[in-house]
Amino acid sequence: MIVELTAGLILLMIAGALVAIETRNLLSAVVSVGAVGYLLSVAFLFLGAPDIAITQIVVEILCLVILIRATISRDLTSISGDRELIGLLASLALLLVVTVVVILTAAYFPEFGAAVMDRVAGAPSRTYLLDGLEKTGAANSVTAVLLDFRAYDTLGEATVLFCSILGALTVLRRRARKKPEEDA
Amino acid sequence: MIYALCLVLVGIGLYGVLAKKNVVKIVIGLMIMEYGIHLLLILIGYRRNGAFPIMQPGQDPGAYASVAVDPLPQALVLTSIVISLGVLALLVALCLRLYEKYGTFDISEMRRLRG
Amino acid sequence: MAAEGGMSLVVKTVTRWLKGLIFLFGMYIMIYGHLTPGGGFAGGVICASAFILITLAYGAPEAYRHLPRGAAEKLDSFGALTFLIIALLGLWFAGVFFRNFIGTSPESHFRLTSAGVIVPCNLAIGLKVLSSLFLVFVMLSALHIIVSGEGRRRIERRRHTP
Repeated sequence: MIVELTAGLILLMIAGALVAIETRNLLSAVVSVGAVGYLLSVAFLFLGAPDIAITQIVVEILCLVILIRATISRDLTSISGDRELIGLLASLALLLVVTVVVILTAAYFPEFGAAVMDRVAGAPSRTYLLDGLEKTGAANSVTAVLLDFRAYDTLGEATVLFCSILGALTVLRRRARKKPEEDA
Repeated sequence: MIYALCLVLVGIGLYGVLAKKNVVKIVIGLMIMEYGIHLLLILIGYRRNGAFPIMQPGQDPGAYASVAVDPLPQALVLTSIVISLGVLALLVALCLRLYEKYGTFDISEMRRLRG
Repeated sequence: MAAEGGMSLVVKTVTRWLKGLIFLFGMYIMIYGHLTPGGGFAGGVICASAFILITLAYGAPEAYRHLPRGAAEKLDSFGALTFLIIALLGLWFAGVFFRNFIGTSPESHFRLTSAGVIVPCNLAIGLKVLSSLFLVFVMLSALHIIVSGEGRRRIERRRHTP
């Protein structure tokens, strides 16, 4: 049952993504991508990932607010049409290559519902689930993995977040500081 | 084949990134690609009739480990979601600065204005 | 109502009631991240959304009155540094980077104190995410006014020259 449910959610997400890519109004594109994100959150909830569902829904709200703040009341004259012919052909060729690679790799995907720890002996996930509470004291295994077993990942992630936020602040700030010199 | 549907989502995002002229549409395409990848990873970690990976009081660890879904992809996807939020902030900042410089979101227009 | 503009009276009143509750919920998600779904990231983003709600309803000056700019920048660095210092304390006390040096005992399981350094780590990450997202959002919305004003002026100049 979960397969059909998830497949239906993904089909809705594909419809939303097509609307978001193809619509001419920028605001409706942003709203459609928000709908895709909320459907993704529901799918995570059905797939047994409440942590991800909470994070996804909150991050989606923030993305939506940032994008709407950034795009609304700009020139809503719709920019239609695709890029020039060579670029379009190149992108179509790249899409074709990606499709062929996906079809070739599809045979190696595991069957749906067969987790790695059931197929591979000595998979780390089984250790995390078995010893997580005893070793870290965290009942939530995702937090145990995130902050104890694989805390290096979290440190790297905090670094990446710090750098990207720093980059965004720098891009936004330099303009304001440069302005008086340009006027002079 | 449920994985193929995720990859269709990634393909739609890739098409948006490669073929659209509007900068905001390119950012939206990147977001859709991220959604597809996140969903693919979570689907690979799913276990049939799996419970969520939070232990209840009084539950035996062995029984818990035989029903819970894989927590490792979930932790990695959680990391990836937050990184995508930071990247989105950076991209929107760049888009705004491009708009400030050229007065448009159209990238072919930008190329023409540059000369 | 306020001279700064912002949204209507209804939105402002609802914001005044809701901002504390949203912040409280974010702190709960952050602190109980090792027992219930959630954690530092989700809690930090929820707390940041409380400030973003204030920014949207009242405007940036009111948001800066709740969390001043300098305080937000210091909080950002403080969160990142705390996370790193907890990792280094693990190296100091237990000999391994990121070692849980407080440790856990079987009788404390499913309590708030069960997880040792995980709770302060969650708090540090939450503070970092909160302050950095708040800063970026306020900067973006500040630029929004400048850019759209300039863009509109440019377009209007082009159209209404006579």
